[in-house]
Amino acid sequence: MKIDSRVLTGAEGFQANRAAHLALLDEVRAAAEAAAAGGGARARARHEARGKMAPRERVANLLDPGSPFLEVGATAAHGMYDGAAPCAGVIAGVGRIHGLDCMVICNDATVKGGTYFPMTVKKHLRAQEIAEENHLPCVYLVDSGGANLPQQDEVFPDRDHFGRIFYNQANMSAKGIPQIAVVMGSCTAGGAYVPAMSDVTIIVREQGTIFLAGPPLVKAATGEVVSAEDLGGGDVHTRLSGVADYLAEDDGHALALARRAVAGLNRRAPETVVWETPEPPAYDPEEILGVVPADLKTPYDIREVIARIVDGSRLDEFKPRFGETLVTGFAHVAGCPVGIIANNGVLFSEAAQKGAHFVELCSQRKVPLVFLQNITGFMVGRRYENEGIARHGAKMVTAVATTQVPKITLLVGGSFGAGNYGMAGRAYSPRFLWTWPNSRISVMGGEQAAGVLATVKRDAMERAGEDWSAEEEAAFKRPTIEMFERQSHPLYASARLWDDGVVDPRKSREVLALSLKAALNAPIEETRFGVFRM
Amino acid sequence: MFDSVLIANRGEIACRVIATARAMGMRSVAVHSDADAGARHVAMADRAVRIGPPPPAESYLRGDAIIEAALATGCGAIHPGYGFLSENPDFVEAVEAAGLTFVGPSAEAIRAMGLKDAAKAAMEAAGVPVVPGYHGESQDDAHLSGAAEAIGYPVLIKAVAGGGGKGMRRVDRPEDFAGALASARAEAQGAFANPAVLIEKFVAKPRHIEVQVFGDGARAVHLFERDCSLQRRHQKVIEEAPAPGMTEEMRHAMGEAAVRAAEAIGYRGAGTVEFIVDASEGLRPNRFYFMEMNTRLQVEHPVTEAVTGVDLVEWQFRVAAGEALPARQEDLSLSGHAFEARLYAEDVGKGFLPATGRLSHLAFPAAARADTGVRAGDAITPHYDPMIAKLIVHGPTRDVALGKLRRALDETQVAGTVTNLAFLGALARHAGFAAGDVDTGLIDRDRAALVAAPEPAPETVAEAALAAAGLLEARAPETGFTLWAPLRRRVALGRGEAEIGVQIRAEGPDAHVVELDGREVRAARRDGRWRLDGRPAVGAHMGDGVVTVFADHGQSFAIVDPLERGAAAHGADVIEAPMPGLLREVLVAPGDRVAEGQRLAVLEAMKMEHALTAWRDGVVAEVLAAPGGQVEAGAALIRLEEAGDG
Repeated sequence: MKIDSRVLTGAEGFQANRAAHLALLDEVRAAAEAAAAGGGARARARHEARGKMAPRERVANLLDPGSPFLEVGATAAHGMYDGAAPCAGVIAGVGRIHGLDCMVICNDATVKGGTYFPMTVKKHLRAQEIAEENHLPCVYLVDSGGANLPQQDEVFPDRDHFGRIFYNQANMSAKGIPQIAVVMGSCTAGGAYVPAMSDVTIIVREQGTIFLAGPPLVKAATGEVVSAEDLGGGDVHTRLSGVADYLAEDDGHALALARRAVAGLNRRAPETVVWETPEPPAYDPEEILGVVPADLKTPYDIREVIARIVDGSRLDEFKPRFGETLVTGFAHVAGCPVGIIANNGVLFSEAAQKGAHFVELCSQRKVPLVFLQNITGFMVGRRYENEGIARHGAKMVTAVATTQVPKITLLVGGSFGAGNYGMAGRAYSPRFLWTWPNSRISVMGGEQAAGVLATVKRDAMERAGEDWSAEEEAAFKRPTIEMFERQSHPLYASARLWDDGVVDPRKSREVLALSLKAALNAPIEETRFGVFRM
Repeated sequence: MFDSVLIANRGEIACRVIATARAMGMRSVAVHSDADAGARHVAMADRAVRIGPPPPAESYLRGDAIIEAALATGCGAIHPGYGFLSENPDFVEAVEAAGLTFVGPSAEAIRAMGLKDAAKAAMEAAGVPVVPGYHGESQDDAHLSGAAEAIGYPVLIKAVAGGGGKGMRRVDRPEDFAGALASARAEAQGAFANPAVLIEKFVAKPRHIEVQVFGDGARAVHLFERDCSLQRRHQKVIEEAPAPGMTEEMRHAMGEAAVRAAEAIGYRGAGTVEFIVDASEGLRPNRFYFMEMNTRLQVEHPVTEAVTGVDLVEWQFRVAAGEALPARQEDLSLSGHAFEARLYAEDVGKGFLPATGRLSHLAFPAAARADTGVRAGDAITPHYDPMIAKLIVHGPTRDVALGKLRRALDETQVAGTVTNLAFLGALARHAGFAAGDVDTGLIDRDRAALVAAPEPAPETVAEAALAAAGLLEARAPETGFTLWAPLRRRVALGRGEAEIGVQIRAEGPDAHVVELDGREVRAARRDGRWRLDGRPAVGAHMGDGVVTVFADHGQSFAIVDPLERGAAAHGADVIEAPMPGLLREVLVAPGDRVAEGQRLAVLEAMKMEHALTAWRDGVVAEVLAAPGGQVEAGAALIRLEEAGDG
């Protein structure tokens, strides 16, 4: 059934929404551009003067011409470390090599020599997690000095720290997910294990080096004076040590060798869903900026967004007359069948039951799920608690948590409280989680949180017989409101990799399509749900 | 009329003859060598017979096998085309002895014209003007200078045994004669051990004008003239009819002379009487001289067909079948103007070296007649003439026809080999040619400008790069998708020794930006058609690591594979064949120490011997090809190594 849009694109509100979204987009774009610039013009000039390609150029020349690149964590570490680690010093994303979806992880040596900040580690691990969950071959373009020593306590000792990178490599290799490394610069200390732990390693002559300790440390430890090339250069590792397998003349040659290695993987995506011929939406995705209110508090029909994402704007809506604050239905995104679960207001018990039912349906049919999240939470109040909304909400959370179909989450508005759980927030391991520039994420709204804290304090003061003026209460609430506002901002969230990136709402369809395509490189397993509280 | 006819030829002329045979209701039988088993003429014919291996001497020149094939397939006639056996009187006699009809003149007529000096004497006797000259026995100085005086200066002194310009002197004034004679004799003695000379009139601004004749064995008509003055080393390049500047008076005189020549030898069928014309003072009826007669259908016969409306091959069949001349002289008339350009696989930049290759793409404009023996996918082999096609255009005036020729050349698309297309295009735009001011020296005089390869425009490079990257094809909607800034991908194109590096930003399936030389070219596709900076894309073809953009008559670029960088860094010690040919000799053996510039092997190609030399000092590591074998261009022949390598 084609969705019938009610929006008038010429209306004043439409134009105002659009203007507001464009302003938000500018902010994100500026952040993304700063991240893409890496360590800046001088560092880049120095890098290129050594005959090296710029990091993004390496990624581009590894991928097929015209390949899409679904970048992960494009604004990671934004606003952190005093701006010392743009893009967290590593580029990651899904692109195609000889038509095969691969995860590319590329150190940016122009950012502090490619050393690993805490967010660098987190981003590297997140990229590996995506690769592992979706069975994507990994290509590591290595050019890194290893751990960032001043922050060693936050990158070395814990479970999800530096060592996990190699643990992941070993385990992915064990699962038959190819690991390919191209050493295009330093690979020092722990970093030496990236190429060493790979299935296939390529190294660039007189440019790539792999060693556990560099020449200065060797001299300090044993007094031996040795050049970097003689210690662990390309010639040494491909001729004497066997740490690397192919010797490349330069970056371009090395990337071509990596492409050839991927071409020989004898691998293709498994048969999963039944693909249809892709068809653009009947409504222009460009209009998303006008149909979505600039203010999160203004309600609107989420079907207006769905109409601008799915093939032919067609949605086979499931249970349209029941639990209406949750829209569920079957559609196609770029030919891929999906089950869509989208918020259209606060969650009531019926909506939660409907959501659980729909997740069961999709799991049975092995149809991937797309969550369009805009949720203030589950309904509160005596009537709802008494009818057991927590029980119904738990059913939905159980279904979402345990389903084995790929889940892709797009945060299109608010993501508050337990609503986040039922709608496949980060903790529910969606294969990808993307956010819009107008979205907000926090345990509850800033106003509500400040209100809760103020109520507690007022009760205490009243018990003590003290007086609390309205001005004093407002002054008390302001820091909390401001803190929530700052911390719920999508760039703040994305900097910390609570999601995979902030995306342009107009590109939602492509982002979902590419996410689904990447996810379907892994077979869809049978789902076994837990105990539903009935 | 014959029921079936065998065409004893290959290539475009075989196809041309088959087309008329079919139009006349005859069955056609092709013959072919092993190299041509899948050729176009074989595909066009009703039947095909294999006659031998690729070398012509073992196939297309084997009269016995051809006659046998004709008899075996029930043919009544053999059409020889041009070249091969077409002017071989022994073959004609053998055909007739086998009870078959030879579509062409009698053996006697061929013989009469076969010996150039005898033919000239015969023509002179028949009243056909020949170049004035003295060919007598007497070598007395005074006698020779008297002869020169009688002929009229300027004259040429030529060695009787001569060739290649040796023993030849041009003399403009009587007072220079004695000196020139002495030096010509000395040179002739040295070169040929025979000091005898002859004296001929020097033709100052020579034009090659020939007359198409057609006889039935008794009477003959002429089908007007063709001008073939645009020649390169005696190879015709562009022909036209009628000749520019031709007057009715001179046309009449030449036509009459040509008919006299044909009738003098009882000529039957299509023939061409070639004249050299002294155009130093324009075309004058008393300044044309008989050169020779070609007793066959000419390559350039289509221009005559275009201006007369006659199918000359049809006439050949009808006269061979015993009909009288299909038209009287007064029935024949000229209409408009026609050009023919000969498209060859040859490397203009390397002195017009013949080239080979598989034609991965071949397209001719519908507005021109294209006589061709190849299709896209066919190979130009080293065994035969590297002609790809003849393009023939016709228009009401010379000006219009020339415009059509330019356009036809612009729209012709060839990929897979180098061609002379750009050279033809430059020639078609030559100001002197456009003005009709032609002579046989035009191409040599302006050669540098005519063979200059134009630099590709940025749009052309951009189109090549996009084609090489596969981005001009239909692409999935996610093409070029990035969340924020687009990625820039490098494409390297090879042009000769140079490498052009460009960066491509794919912005979507239908929009790309190509950065080159500090500027950007925007490519956009609308309604399935690409535009580059607003200009329609001209089209490109990719094959075998080469991308050809159909701009400037075809700009080709090698697609540089970065994977080959490793090989190139360590494999530059291989001596390769610069062109296809016969490896005549290998002068070194493995282990030999060689010096830079030393001859290593001799390659024979197109009757020329090319020495392959060492580009540096070293030791021969391997000899990779055996002498006496045919090698392709680029074949590895000898590998060198450093003196201390092994």
